[in-house]
Amino acid sequence: MDKATILDWYRQMTLIRRFEQRSSELYQLGKIGGFLHLYIGQEAVAVGSINAKQETDHVITAYRDHGHALTIGSDTKLIMAEMLGKATGVSKGKGGSMHLADVERRFWGGHAVVGAHLSLATGLALAEQYNGTDAAVLCYFGDGATNIGYFHESLNLSGVWDLPVLWICENNQYGMGTAVDRHSATSNIMQKASGYNIPAAQVDGMDVFAVHEATQKALSAIRDGKGPQFLEIMTYRFEGHSMGDPLRYRTKEEVEKWREDDPIGILERHILKEKIAGKDELDAIDTAVETELNAAVEFAEASPLPAPEELFTDIYVEN
Amino acid sequence: MARITMRQALTDALREEMHRDERVFIMGEEVGVWGGTYAVTRGFYDEFGPRRVRDTPISEMVIGGAAVGAAMAGLRPIAEFMTINFAFVAFDAIVNHAAKMHYMFGGQMRVPLVLRAPGGGGRQLGATHSHTPDVIFAHFPGLKVVSPSTPYDAKGLLRAAIRTDDPVLFIEHATLYQVRGEVPEGDYVVPIGVSDVKREGSDVTIVAYAQGLQVALEAAEKLAKEGIEAEVVDLRTLRPLDMAPVLKSFQKTFKAVIVEEGHRSYGIGAEIAARIQEEGFDYMDAPIKRVAQEEAPLPYSRELEQSALINVDKVIAAVKEIV
Ligand SMILES: Cc1ncc(C[n+]2csc(CCOP(=O)(O)OP(=O)(O)O)c2C)c(N)n1
Ligand SMILES: [Mg+2]
Repeated sequence: MDKATILDWYRQMTLIRRFEQRSSELYQLGKIGGFLHLYIGQEAVAVGSINAKQETDHVITAYRDHGHALTIGSDTKLIMAEMLGKATGVSKGKGGSMHLADVERRFWGGHAVVGAHLSLATGLALAEQYNGTDAAVLCYFGDGATNIGYFHESLNLSGVWDLPVLWICENNQYGMGTAVDRHSATSNIMQKASGYNIPAAQVDGMDVFAVHEATQKALSAIRDGKGPQFLEIMTYRFEGHSMGDPLRYRTKEEVEKWREDDPIGILERHILKEKIAGKDELDAIDTAVETELNAAVEFAEASPLPAPEELFTDIYVEN
Repeated sequence: MARITMRQALTDALREEMHRDERVFIMGEEVGVWGGTYAVTRGFYDEFGPRRVRDTPISEMVIGGAAVGAAMAGLRPIAEFMTINFAFVAFDAIVNHAAKMHYMFGGQMRVPLVLRAPGGGGRQLGATHSHTPDVIFAHFPGLKVVSPSTPYDAKGLLRAAIRTDDPVLFIEHATLYQVRGEVPEGDYVVPIGVSDVKREGSDVTIVAYAQGLQVALEAAEKLAKEGIEAEVVDLRTLRPLDMAPVLKSFQKTFKAVIVEEGHRSYGIGAEIAARIQEEGFDYMDAPIKRVAQEEAPLPYSRELEQSALINVDKVIAAVKEIV
C-alpha cells in the first residue's frame, strides 16, 4: 500500500468522523431534523471496503449512510445540504439524512426500512448478471437486519441465481438496544450465510487494512464466477442508535473498551509507528478536512429551501 | 380527575390489563429493555419480566403472525409495531390471517389480539416513515381499527381492545403522546365502534379523529370567535364505523367538513361523504369538503412536509367555503 493511499484513507475516515460530529451539533441546533444515525466508530468499514471496489460496482446501504456517501466521493457540500433539507441536497431535500444517494456514482442510497434494500441489491446484481458485465454490488446492512425476511429471501435468491453481490454485515453488536445474542438465534452471524451456501468470512472492522483486503478477496471471488459472498465485519457504534438514545442497554465500561479500538486511532498509530507520515502531515489533513466541512456547512446554510411546488415534482417520471 | 398525557394513559391501561389478565402479554421491538421506542412500556420489563414483556428481533412478519397464533391458542397478545410503517412488512399476517381466521374457519377460531402502532407524519422522517395508512387497514372486514384523540379515549379504548375477542389494530398518532387530558381513576371502558361528539355547534359538522380531531377542535375555537359554531364529531373507531352521531349532527347543520391526516384520494373523507349523501341526502345544503394530506409522499424538508399536511388554517378555509 503506498503512502498516498494510506493517507487518503486517513483523510476519508477523519472526514466521516468530523462530518458526524458536525451533524450532531447541527441536530442539537435544530438545523437537522428527523432521525440522525451516526457512523462514528464504523468508519473503517465503509472506507476499507468501498476503496476495494471497481468503478462500475454498485453500493447500497441502510439509513446509517453518511459514511458510505462520503467515501463514494459525493460532494460533501451536497450531502450536508441534504442533511439540512435544502434544495441543493443530493436528494433535493426530500430524502434527508437517511436517504442520501448518488446514482451517477452508482450509490443507490440509504434505505430506512430495515432489510428492504437487500432485495433491491439482489435486483441490482440481477441486472449486472443479465447484461453480462463484471460489475458487483456491495450491499451493507446491520446485524439486526439479519433477522428480517428480506435478508433470508435475498441471500437465498442470490445463491440460487449465483448473483454478483457482496453481502456486508456491519455487526456493531446491537440492533437499536438489542444485543446480538438477544436478537439472533445464532450470535455467529456469518453462520446464517452458510445456510444459503454462501462463502463467508469474519473481519476486524476496526482495521481498515483488514476490511480492504477481505473485500478485495470477496470481490475477486465474485468476478471469478463464484457467486455471492458474505462478510461479517465486527465493529461498534460509539454513539447511540440515533439522536436521543437513552443508552440504557449497554455499560459505559463496554463503550470505553471499544473506544480503545478507535479505527482512526489505530490507523494513526500505524502511520506514525511505521513512519509512513509524520504528525505534522496528519495535522495538515485534519485541517484540510475542517476547511472542507466549514465550506460544506456554509454552503448548506446559504442554500435555499425547496420551492413549494417541489412537493409535487418527482412523484412520477411522466406527469 | 388527574390530567395525564396520552402516553401515560396508554401505559396505565396496559399495566392494569396485564395485572388483571395473566394471558395478556406484550411483544415487539424494543418494548422491554429499551422501555418502548415511545416510552409507553417503560418499566414493564422490570415489573413483569421477560416472559410477559418480550423483546423481539426486527422480524415484523413473525411478530404479526406469531401474535395471531398465540391468540388462536388462547393468549391475548399485544404486539407492537415500532411504527405503523413497518406493519406493511406484516401486511399479510394482519389482513390475511388476523382478519380472516374467525370467518374462514366458520367461527371455530378466535384472534383476541391487539396490534399497537404509532403512526402519522410531521416529524421529518421521510417518505417511508411518515404514513397515515389507517384507511388501508380499515378496508378489511374482520379487523377492528381504532385511533384515539384524547387520553381519556386512549385508555378506555385500549382496555376495550384488549378485552374484545377480535383482532384490533390500535393506531396511536405519535404527535399525540404529549397531549394531556382528564382521565378518571378506576376501570372504565370506551366501547369500540362508537363515535363521539367532542364539541357542540349548529353551523357545520366537522368529522375527524386522532390528530385530525385536535386540529379540528382548534379550528372550531377560532371559528367560534368569528361567530361560526362547529360541531366536532370524533370517529374514534374507523371499523366498525359509527355514523349515527355524524348523521344526527348533519341533520342539524346541513354541512360537513371531514378532516383526516391520510391522503385525500380514496380516503376516510371519501367514505364519510359517500355515507352522508346516501343516508342524509335530503339534508344536504352544500358540497361536503375534505381536508386531507396532499397527493404527494411526505418529504424530509420541514416546510415542504408541513405544506402537505392538514392544519388549522386549512380546516378553517374549508369551513368558510361552505358556511
Ligand atoms: C422493518 C423495520 N422495522 C423496524 C425499524 C426500526 N429500526 C430502525 S433501525 C433499527 C435497528 C437496526 O439494527 P441493525 O440492523 O443492527 O443496524 P444498526 O442500526 O446497528 O446500524 C430498527 C429496529 C425499521 N426501520 N424497519
Ligand atoms: Mg447493529
